[in-house]
Amino acid sequence: MFTSFLIKYAEIGVKGKNRYLFEDALVRQIRHALKHCDGEFKVHKNQGRIYVDALSEFDFDEVVGQLGCVFGISGICPVTAVEDRGFEQLGRDVIAYMERVYGAKLGAGEGMTFKVAARRARKDYPVHSGEINAQLGGILLDAFPGLQVDVHEPDIYLQVEVREKIYLYSMVIPGPGGMPVGTGGKGMLLLSGGIDSPVAGYMIAKRGVKIDAVYFHAPPYTSERARQKVIDLAGLVARYTGPVWLHIINFTDIQLAIYDKCPHDELTIIMRRYMMRIAEQIAKDTECLGLITGESIGQVASQTMHSLAATNEVCTLPVYRPLIGMDKQEIVEIAERIGTFETSILPYEDCCTIFVAKHPVTKPNVKVIKKHEHNLDEVIEELFRTALETKELVVVEGKRQ
Amino acid sequence: MEVYLDNSATTRAFDCVAEIVSKVMVEDYGNPSSLHMKGVEAERYIRYAKEVIAANMKVSEKEIVFTSGGTESDNLALIGTASACARAGRHIITTCIEHPAVMQTMHYLEKQGFQVTYLPVDRYGIIRLEDLRRAIRRDTILVSIMHTNNEIGSLQPIGEAGELIKSINPRIVFHVDAIQGYGKFRIYPRKMHIDLLSVSGHKIHGPKGVGFLYISEKVRVIPIVFGGGQQKGMRSGTENVPGIAGLGKAVETIYADLEKDRAAMYERKEQFVQGALQIPEVKINGLTGEMSAPHVVSVSFRGVRSEVLLHALEEKGIYVSAGSACASNKAPRPSDTLRAIGLERDLLDSTLRFSLSVFTTREEIDYTLQTLYETVPMLRKYTRQ
Repeated sequence: MFTSFLIKYAEIGVKGKNRYLFEDALVRQIRHALKHCDGEFKVHKNQGRIYVDALSEFDFDEVVGQLGCVFGISGICPVTAVEDRGFEQLGRDVIAYMERVYGAKLGAGEGMTFKVAARRARKDYPVHSGEINAQLGGILLDAFPGLQVDVHEPDIYLQVEVREKIYLYSMVIPGPGGMPVGTGGKGMLLLSGGIDSPVAGYMIAKRGVKIDAVYFHAPPYTSERARQKVIDLAGLVARYTGPVWLHIINFTDIQLAIYDKCPHDELTIIMRRYMMRIAEQIAKDTECLGLITGESIGQVASQTMHSLAATNEVCTLPVYRPLIGMDKQEIVEIAERIGTFETSILPYEDCCTIFVAKHPVTKPNVKVIKKHEHNLDEVIEELFRTALETKELVVVEGKRQ
Repeated sequence: MEVYLDNSATTRAFDCVAEIVSKVMVEDYGNPSSLHMKGVEAERYIRYAKEVIAANMKVSEKEIVFTSGGTESDNLALIGTASACARAGRHIITTCIEHPAVMQTMHYLEKQGFQVTYLPVDRYGIIRLEDLRRAIRRDTILVSIMHTNNEIGSLQPIGEAGELIKSINPRIVFHVDAIQGYGKFRIYPRKMHIDLLSVSGHKIHGPKGVGFLYISEKVRVIPIVFGGGQQKGMRSGTENVPGIAGLGKAVETIYADLEKDRAAMYERKEQFVQGALQIPEVKINGLTGEMSAPHVVSVSFRGVRSEVLLHALEEKGIYVSAGSACASNKAPRPSDTLRAIGLERDLLDSTLRFSLSVFTTREEIDYTLQTLYETVPMLRKYTRQ
């Protein structure tokens, strides 16, 4: 019964002269999201609105699910298009529409309220907008005795758009909000196998940022399954962000060198400093404008204010930490909502945990850390270069749920 | 060099097995229940496999039921017997080192109101017959003991246990999980007083997804799968003809030269054990030599995390197992068997299982030992502090 979708977008609307850039990006993202759905679709802009027209049979839930992953969409309105065969026929069509969409609820006598809002894009339509509202309102009141008019806060806000066909819609399915991916540059996400980093990537992508990712593995201390888990997580994030370029770095030798030459309670912090350095190098090589991490103040020893300062100190690019003020529970809630939680909690060890000291420093002193890093001077340049040279690249497409 | 030492997890199929499976799938693909010639041809494969297996164990063909593998065989044996005998009593005996296919089924039966006694094992992973004697009660209906342990290769005194059980109460049903023992030993259920015997195809170089349960004519088992009434109603569902044909072929092949092949495996195992003991701070779990299974060696390396060593060996092309493979895709959990034999706590997470097959060569063992000599000291240097 629904033949197209009207896509509502909130923030894009205020973007002045750049508006078309945002709209075009949104159209592109919608097309990409629908590529994997059954059926054929036409996505087009029309008089300041974006429409998705179905050109064939399609699976309603599948399409709504996919559109629900496109940042920039604030609402999805399923639309029924009817031919213009005179005003009398329109009345019958509107009754049929109400019956199909609200069915039993209308007959229940629960006293639902409604309002009709007509728009004439085609000014040669013989009935004026105000008249359409009044007349259709009357027809509906006659057809459904339980229905009442409420022009301020109606339960059903039935919109009637007269164009070459007549479009009826009243439902708004909330979208994810945000801005279309690709309108805000590109960021490099430090992706581990944990709960936080995929959420961090999601949140930054929501602001229109394209996401690439880097993962550090440490064979044989971490397993092939841990690596696959991170690829799977990237695939889940990619549902929202589009294909993710995942850079995989073999970190074993750097880690062992740190283990050999630096104090063990500073192991994690030094390790993270090298991860940031490598991530930044890849970011610069791939035109990313910033790093993204899932850090949150005080969550673990390496995420105290002191530790974050020590980690941050090695970077010149900005480091975005969207979870910085969130509690674990809040992060978990988002992870569950975006579907990454279950994969994140699979029990494979990642390279942050394997050599972790029993009592790591929580208030590292940057000067001391730097001094100890000099112990690595002889080997680190070579190891750093090898790590970058042996980098693997996996392009991860969005995984359907 | 690629060295596959995870044969207790699964084995490479014999070439002749792969051939017959493929032939049945593309040529003789009929449904054995069909009346036409295609069906009859398919049925012939099943009959032939049954003949081979029955002859191998010296039992009747009527006593063989094909299943989807070891787990289903164990489930059918235990749940089927418990349902059939529930009126006679509700007490079951098993051991504390069984495979999850038995263990979890026992937990299910406990929820259904049965009482289960779990026999302890000694430090070699073997039950004491005296414990078994004392555990048997007036209302005991079923005893289930594994033939060969999958983690440390301990062998249970099956014949003696069977005799003991039947001497106390011949109506007690005796089930043996022989998934690791079949294909390594000749097992004759009638001589050993076994009523039910579970076997899996892919542990003996046959296909995955197929196995059988021997059900003695003397006992009654109620089916757990219902449908079209295939296999005399004991296990409904169109028979897995390619799998069954492959299973028959695997049994035929593995038993053709069993004693010679087994002797060779014992030799390889001894070579590996002696070589492994050259490494300091290494412990072999369970017995060695002919008191143990010819294909399983459990080794604890003090100060090395098993998963790390496993992946380090993997980098050199050597495939082994930490704990038992069937449970390894879940959260790593210290093995029940290793705990039951009283292994020290800090070795539980430092234990690997090396499992051999008829294909394992002397050179492969040499290469594995050499790799261990290089890798273990390196890994011991880098540990969590």
